[in-house]
Amino acid sequence: MAQLVSAKEPTAEQIAEQKIYKQFGVSDKEYELICGFMGRLPNYTEIGVFSVMWSEHCAYKNSKPLLRRFPVTGPRVLMGPGEGAGIVDIGDNQAVVFKIESHNHPSAVEPYQGAATGVGGIIRDIFSMGARPVALLNSLRFGRLENERVRYLFEHVVSGIAGYGNCIGIPTVAGEVMFDEAYEGNPLVNAMCVGLIDHDKIQRGVAKGIGNPVFYVGPATGRDGIHGATFASEDLTAESEARRSAVQVGDAFMEKLVMEATLELIDSGIVLGIQDMGAAGLTCSSAEMASKAGNGMELYLDEVPQREEGMTAYEMMLSESQERMLFVCEPQHEAQAKAIFERWGLHCAKVGKVSDDGRLKLFHKGEMVGDMPVHALVDDCPVYHKPSQVPEYYLKNRSIDTNSYEQVLDLNDALKKVLGSPSLASKEWVYNQYDYMVRTSTAVRPGSDAAVVTIRGTRKALAMTTDCNGRYVYLDPEVGGRIAVAEAGRNIVCSGGEPLAITDNLNFGSPEKPEVFWQMEKAVDGMAEACRVMETPVIGGNVSLYNENAKGAIYPTPVVGMVGLVHDIDHITTQEFKAEGDVIFLLGETKAEIGGSELQHVMFHVAEGRPPELDLETELQLQKTVLNVIQQGLAASAHDLSEGGLAAALAESCFGRGLGADVNFTTNLRADLALFSESQSRILLTAKPDQADALFSAVSAAGVPVQRMGTVGGDRLNITVGGHTEIDASVAELRHEWKNAIASRMNGNG
Amino acid sequence: MNFAVLVFPASNCDIDCFKAVEDTIGQPVDYVFHTATDLSQYDAILIPGGFSYGDYLRCGAIAQFAPVMAEVRKAAEAGKFILGICNGFQILTEARLLPGALIRNNSLKFRCHSADLIVENNSTAFTRAYRAGEMIDIPIAHGEGSYYVDDETLAQLKADNQIVFRYAGENPNGSVDNIAGVCNKEGNVVGMMPHPERAVHELLGSEDGARMFTSVLNAWRERHGAASVR
Repeated sequence: MAQLVSAKEPTAEQIAEQKIYKQFGVSDKEYELICGFMGRLPNYTEIGVFSVMWSEHCAYKNSKPLLRRFPVTGPRVLMGPGEGAGIVDIGDNQAVVFKIESHNHPSAVEPYQGAATGVGGIIRDIFSMGARPVALLNSLRFGRLENERVRYLFEHVVSGIAGYGNCIGIPTVAGEVMFDEAYEGNPLVNAMCVGLIDHDKIQRGVAKGIGNPVFYVGPATGRDGIHGATFASEDLTAESEARRSAVQVGDAFMEKLVMEATLELIDSGIVLGIQDMGAAGLTCSSAEMASKAGNGMELYLDEVPQREEGMTAYEMMLSESQERMLFVCEPQHEAQAKAIFERWGLHCAKVGKVSDDGRLKLFHKGEMVGDMPVHALVDDCPVYHKPSQVPEYYLKNRSIDTNSYEQVLDLNDALKKVLGSPSLASKEWVYNQYDYMVRTSTAVRPGSDAAVVTIRGTRKALAMTTDCNGRYVYLDPEVGGRIAVAEAGRNIVCSGGEPLAITDNLNFGSPEKPEVFWQMEKAVDGMAEACRVMETPVIGGNVSLYNENAKGAIYPTPVVGMVGLVHDIDHITTQEFKAEGDVIFLLGETKAEIGGSELQHVMFHVAEGRPPELDLETELQLQKTVLNVIQQGLAASAHDLSEGGLAAALAESCFGRGLGADVNFTTNLRADLALFSESQSRILLTAKPDQADALFSAVSAAGVPVQRMGTVGGDRLNITVGGHTEIDASVAELRHEWKNAIASRMNGNG
Repeated sequence: MNFAVLVFPASNCDIDCFKAVEDTIGQPVDYVFHTATDLSQYDAILIPGGFSYGDYLRCGAIAQFAPVMAEVRKAAEAGKFILGICNGFQILTEARLLPGALIRNNSLKFRCHSADLIVENNSTAFTRAYRAGEMIDIPIAHGEGSYYVDDETLAQLKADNQIVFRYAGENPNGSVDNIAGVCNKEGNVVGMMPHPERAVHELLGSEDGARMFTSVLNAWRERHGAASVR
């Protein structure tokens, strides 16, 4: 082989002697394995390629044993984890494609670009499957807004999501934002994209057909994002700030063109395999495409479009420049492919060839500069079974009796505080910056339980949501994991949809810590069990570890993104009260469960005790029953009870149309617990007066506890518990607290 | 009546305009690429929202030089019906087919929500189905939608009845005189920041935009006589 290294790069021997591989996150043991697979010492480019392919971000080496615990199949699942995104059948030859992905680390150092490219990346995952992206969602976590740095991160993350999604013309329809000290310094930015596809258009990332050309499409490669995947697989430190070059820069305009051209190319039927260049760019896309076809690939790096001078093979292979795709077609279709891209003003370069030797070979300036076995890159990264240990905080928390708290007496005040807590408050400040209406299919806008997007030419629609309460997961990862899935399902059902499947984003601290690994293990167990019972398999997802800094780890936050099918647009239901006189019902059982609640947070400033319990069979029965009454046309409104409990759910239901409610019920619980407990498996329904009895009978017949709570009307929310008026406030006043909580913190202090 | 929906690189409301024509008036409609050099077969031209050419430089600043714009100019002079929505409005002002300019929202943020508009001029081809002074609910979604003209031009616009829509209530972007949409002197070219194509179904939250499409169909029928109506 010719000389493998450029002048400035260390030699293979220096890499070995000085253990330079360690800078890339490769351990001694892993380096030995790599040398074994190579049959020699890897050069600088090769060790770079191995290091990103073997990073947690690409290889899931720490999380794989856990991910195997998820149910991933089901009668509707057309494609599970492994490709760009999972696919679920929705009938009539149509399918829904969706996935969630994190961009936490980049967003912590460069919030605008970090968030923007997170959105760009997940959109590419969807259209590279051949699907037309129809909606975006995001799940965000920040520290407390009182902190200036947090406000900066929040402002620019939202702006980055808006900048990218608005320009590319995909509506951002739903999401969640929560604020807690646990995320200070480690914001979470998870973006989800949902697409629609016809069954016969589904693409895979495979390099098929020996000798076929490999094409590169999109903007030229620069030095941005080098080692982004490795960067994402480490703790954040003070040095992270200095590693902004590991953050990519997005161009939504370019991606819009690449998306339109790619969909047109796929439509033409000439594509044999296609994959986007996401994490680890050219390296990952080429190696994975070759691996999935059982082939090899040769790359001619001089042909790679470059926007900077003097780029080395190492830099080109590891760049994470955005908006790039790699595809394979037969040689006779080259002109047709080029014509499509030219129409969209894009350059399409032939950069390689599918080979039969199972090796990834890199050529640059007339020399072979890399030669690696594809199998070793993609499949042979060692998988680690990390030690797991029950954390002390968990044991301590279990024994705290939150019911011994002093009773909260002024519940008017408590409700205002809960509604004014940024986690629970209106997210209008956020979503008014997102174009949530483009594509004119958004039937339920942000702010209700789940967003609903109609499917043109059918009576069907898709309901979608993201959910996770990190406090619950922190207090009990298994229960919290179960709740995340259950609550997502409840949100879908309340919007009139049948839950189909989930995508998950496992955001945790460092898996090297046994306590964190225990959180991961338990959370995954809880989610997996819920997915099995609810029959919503996991069709794909993402793992983001090392979300910690000197102050500690984030709350374990396994975000669930769920999509449901609304069988008929007549079933679409929203949370707001609809008309004077409508009868309010509470379904489910309220227990004294205040651990991890919003009331505990705003009144006692702690997160301790036990989170609410969740019985999956009870949950499933509730969801089936509610979907059933909605489909029968008996429910005027539906709202899931979650953070803030019954009081918050009632208030939120008032806000949509400014309609008040008169609620009067008896309970054997203390009033503060009855109104603010966050007991699971509860839903608030209303019915028109003439349908109230039918609704009550239908719910009772299904064995679901149901209580008639009062009626909709007036402009005040009045709640009387056991004959004593606990809350009496004008809807306008409550709405003010709720609506302005975030804006006032951002404007007042910004 | 034949409709063209122009497609610039990164137009993104092209599909919505196309669907709105189909759903509200069921007339023939084509996507026409920015490279087209002949629009003679079309009776109405819709310039959709989006981020043409990435909105780099200034919104609409690059699009005005696209080959198709020479044809748009010709069509405007010939009295054909032209509607620019959002980015389309920005393009029309950059092309000087409409007076004024669109600058950054005074909030410095993108804003997307429902907005109440007052129909100020119901004599244009696109607004004749509304009552003068009628309040309608049409959503906005823009970052650079603050309409600006100098005082002299504003006086002229008023004198010539060129202000088509005003924001009722809160002005979402700081536009001069609460202006949301204007037309040329002849009334055949209309530009507006709000999106009527997003308000054509009850499911979308409002149907108030649909009448802009029925208006222009009626205007065309009147001009061409019942005989040519399909």
